[in-house]
Amino acid sequence: MLVNPKAAALLCVSFCFCLFAAACSRSSSRGVESESAAVKPAGERRLAPDFTLKDSNGHPVKLSDYRGKVVLLNFWATWCGPCQIEIPWFIEFEKSHKDQGFAVLGVSMDEEGWEVVRPFAERMGVNYRILLGTETVAQQYGGVDSLPTTFLVDREGRIAAAHVGLTDRKEFEDGIQALLAGR
Amino acid sequence: MAFKPCSRAARLTAAIFFSLLLSGVMQGQSAGQVLTVTVPPQLSGARNSVLAAPISVQLRKGYHVNSNAPDDEYLIPLALSWDAAPLELEQIIYPKASQAKFSFSEKMLSVYAGTFEILSRFRVPASAPAGQRVISGKLRYQACNDTMCLPPRTVEVRLPVEIRPN
Repeated sequence: MLVNPKAAALLCVSFCFCLFAAACSRSSSRGVESESAAVKPAGERRLAPDFTLKDSNGHPVKLSDYRGKVVLLNFWATWCGPCQIEIPWFIEFEKSHKDQGFAVLGVSMDEEGWEVVRPFAERMGVNYRILLGTETVAQQYGGVDSLPTTFLVDREGRIAAAHVGLTDRKEFEDGIQALLAGR
Repeated sequence: MAFKPCSRAARLTAAIFFSLLLSGVMQGQSAGQVLTVTVPPQLSGARNSVLAAPISVQLRKGYHVNSNAPDDEYLIPLALSWDAAPLELEQIIYPKASQAKFSFSEKMLSVYAGTFEILSRFRVPASAPAGQRVISGKLRYQACNDTMCLPPRTVEVRLPVEIRPN
């Protein structure tokens, strides 16, 4: 079969473009899922977007205030079942690693605000700082379309790992240990 | 300027290009949207009659929504509401919920999954003006799969109604 070389080249270019576009579409629709779940090498980490959100006492809290600490930044909501599995782990992490320069920040995405978040946090016995999230901050972190979404931030304020959905406790443990050890 | 007929290869290229582009667009539209609603094409009834509107809800495989009466106060129930005027909403009948166990929950949860139907019953008042109307409703839901949850969403439902004179 004779094929016009120009048409064949056009076919190849179009096909490659379509594959590229499909790949881009997938990764953008998945948002932070494209981030690696494992702790990235230091050279590949990007700076975590800074934000100011209020805690339950109305005090403004900046992420950059935690520079020098390893931070587990957890986006969650009271209506999110999988989030309720992880919260007790985070309570234990806060308890066991606090003195090593570690902190958990829980960013609630509940539209109803403190009215639902405060009693829920009390019921769960949350011992770490809870902040009320905003759409702007969610967008800074890739949209946070699915909850829970959790980031591990290193002592230099860079995102070392991102986890979308219920994650294995050991993955968090390993990531925290690696970052506390300066890896 | 004269147009030459397209070669077979060029036509094939265009077909592949547009089909892949279209599949990408459709994928983008469906990203994050796991629930679709199908309403009857039209309700029709005379004054003083009762109209039944079955609303079909389809959930993407692997996802569930809380039933209209979840067991935990923090879970967001499925809720259909109507701005029914000039009709009068008589009743909304939700289907029987399933009790399901998920990896993230120690207890059974009251949920809907797959395809299910919500029935709304409207009365046509004697004073309702005859003719074509569109009534609107809102379906609020919050969906999860076994490992993650999506934020609560509200779908607008529009239902064409023909009110016939007696």
